[in-house]
Amino acid sequence: MPQITQRICGVCPEAHHMASTKALDDLFHVEPTSAAKKLRELLYSSFYVTDHTTHFYILAGPDFVMGPDAPPAERNILGVIAKVGLELGGAVIKTRHDNHWVIQTIGGRPIHPCFGLPGGVSRAINEEERAKIEEIAKSSVEFGKLSLKVFDDIVLKNKEYLDMVLSDTFTHRTYYMGLVDENNKVNFYDGKVRVVDPEGKEFIKYAPRDYVKHLAEHVEPWTYLKFPYLKKVGWKGFVDGKDSGVYRATPLSRLNAADGMATPLAQEEYERMYSTLGGKPAHYTLATHWARLIELLYAAERMVELVQDPEITSTDIRIIPTAKPDEGVGIVEAPRGTLTHHYITDERGVIKKCNLIVGTTNNYAAFYMSVKKAAEDLIKPGKKITEGLLNRIEMAWRPYDLCLACATHSLPGQLPLEVTIYDAKGNEIKRLSQGIE
Amino acid sequence: MAKLKVALYWAASCGGCEIATLAIGDKILKLAEVADIVFWPVGLDFKYADVEKMADNSIDACLFNGAIRTSENEHMAKLLRAKSKIMIAYGSCSYEGCIPGLSNFYNRQTTFERAYIETPTTDNPEKILPQTKVKVPEGELELPEFYDTVKTLGQTVDVDYIVPGCPPEEKTTWLALEALITGKLPPKGTVISHSVKAVCDECPRKKEEKKIKKFYRPYEIVPEPERCLLEQGLLCYGVATRGGCGALCPQANMPCTGCYGPVEGVIDQGAHFLSALSSIIDSNDPEEIQKIIDDIPDPAGTFYRYSLPDSLLRRV
Repeated sequence: MPQITQRICGVCPEAHHMASTKALDDLFHVEPTSAAKKLRELLYSSFYVTDHTTHFYILAGPDFVMGPDAPPAERNILGVIAKVGLELGGAVIKTRHDNHWVIQTIGGRPIHPCFGLPGGVSRAINEEERAKIEEIAKSSVEFGKLSLKVFDDIVLKNKEYLDMVLSDTFTHRTYYMGLVDENNKVNFYDGKVRVVDPEGKEFIKYAPRDYVKHLAEHVEPWTYLKFPYLKKVGWKGFVDGKDSGVYRATPLSRLNAADGMATPLAQEEYERMYSTLGGKPAHYTLATHWARLIELLYAAERMVELVQDPEITSTDIRIIPTAKPDEGVGIVEAPRGTLTHHYITDERGVIKKCNLIVGTTNNYAAFYMSVKKAAEDLIKPGKKITEGLLNRIEMAWRPYDLCLACATHSLPGQLPLEVTIYDAKGNEIKRLSQGIE
Repeated sequence: MAKLKVALYWAASCGGCEIATLAIGDKILKLAEVADIVFWPVGLDFKYADVEKMADNSIDACLFNGAIRTSENEHMAKLLRAKSKIMIAYGSCSYEGCIPGLSNFYNRQTTFERAYIETPTTDNPEKILPQTKVKVPEGELELPEFYDTVKTLGQTVDVDYIVPGCPPEEKTTWLALEALITGKLPPKGTVISHSVKAVCDECPRKKEEKKIKKFYRPYEIVPEPERCLLEQGLLCYGVATRGGCGALCPQANMPCTGCYGPVEGVIDQGAHFLSALSSIIDSNDPEEIQKIIDDIPDPAGTFYRYSLPDSLLRRV
């Protein structure tokens, strides 16, 4: 299953691989060795560095760096490189490339790793590999710091952008979800799922096996994707607030749901972000990009901690399961949200039933709400309708870092969008579309 | 020399092929010098309408990843075929159907019932299923049709070249891109990889005599570090899988799972592996043979993990 389920998402295969491997630990009733857990988390932290880099610079960054009104042909990674300079562009490529090397070294392959087994991992690392990973970890910390500076210079120091981040157009008050460690600090690999209410108070905190008690999924006929919500609050439709079971599970949600970051530099940035945004929780959807960069820095710092751990080169990496397999749940934080894998097997360990709630799915209701609100606020009578406007509406959902192929499990790949503008009498006056014939 | 026009598209795929394209690292800048990417939904902000406006055969090459699972996938495969001089099935999904193709063991109805009605978190008392057309107050909403059977790209349009792998390794991708850039293209139908032989050929593990009394699943044993995994009873698919990946999985102490597809000249990878296995089972006693084979708990899913839609079976 770790090798099959990851192939529903090649953008975050490591997340599926890890949730699946943890579900197998649970299913086979086996506790991995300490060194195996550290190797898994080291790979996972390295993966976070690459994934958040991809999202910020390639998927979301072009909006901010090039500006929302830039022509589509420039609003992309090549445009970003042209504007910020080859040096930073080179650092982006190098960070991704180096961390893919780390993933391959620990996980066996650069994309779709193969190292996860119930009770441990398939391969240990040697001192030479460890030393190289340490070097990459340290340079990833520098890259994390640099990326936060880029965000400072381009977004925070630009009043127009900052106003946009803080505007009501891109704001929703919802519940927030994220995995936390025993000190309620953000953790990507392990812990309990914590949900805070729109005021920031802890609403629930559950162990993986209890996910069915707390989550349910609503079905609509016009989409292949389901809408998870908090069972105790209930499905009230596409609305925010305390009485609606809609929650979000994004980088910003994880920071909202936790009491802080477990590493020093990320903690400093965490405090700075909330003081700039006026306290916790922050409801500004566009601030998700900022939270993502703080997570990138945390992941890099965590890499350094793990790779310097004397146990990391231990060869004590496998426990052979002996108990009868039956049922297991594994949860990790995928970059796009809390990821739950749940399997039921027969006594030979052959999967009979499977249920997944994947990262993007968590945010599906909120995503529609964000698009609707942005469209309602931005399209006004007499206002010229431009490609830039369409892009501002797209900017309402890009923070969610949607991965719809993964979320629908049906792999259609791309999100179609059509904005049809009607006048007050219901006559169509303009239509803008993408991904639609 | 005019710059090449290249399109990249994903259909029913996981996105790993997109990441694999980016994994060529700084060679991507080399590519940008000689080629313009005219369509790439993941990375560039061009729309379907932009492709429709292009003249037929105006794209030099299209790297198409993903299987054909929905009507949208099929439409885009046909559209991009018409607009492209060279159509490349990039990655295992477009080549063989891959993991999405495993749903050919089921059909649309059983898939939908499981996903939208049965799972323990689904709350759907009215048993609502996704529809291709739904009337809402604002108008009619459409969804692409979800087909009963997953097909490969080659079963949908004419394909010129294949780049194997789930996903293709960096060096395999570059081998294909270099052929495009230099114009030194192999004969039509070529599977572009560094090897036409099996993964075993490039695997550093020591091979002796393969005689197997018992098969194990990867979690059941810690394999010896240098000896052939198949000889140790692990179902390593390397013997029936095209090389070119560098035997990455066996070097991480895990068996090859077959993602580079069949070796040159073989049509059905699963049948090939099965025949290889039958020759190494160390017994002539039918009862004992049966017992040994019973250790393989999911033979169809194991032997056709990546290739069910492209196999002689196609679906079950």
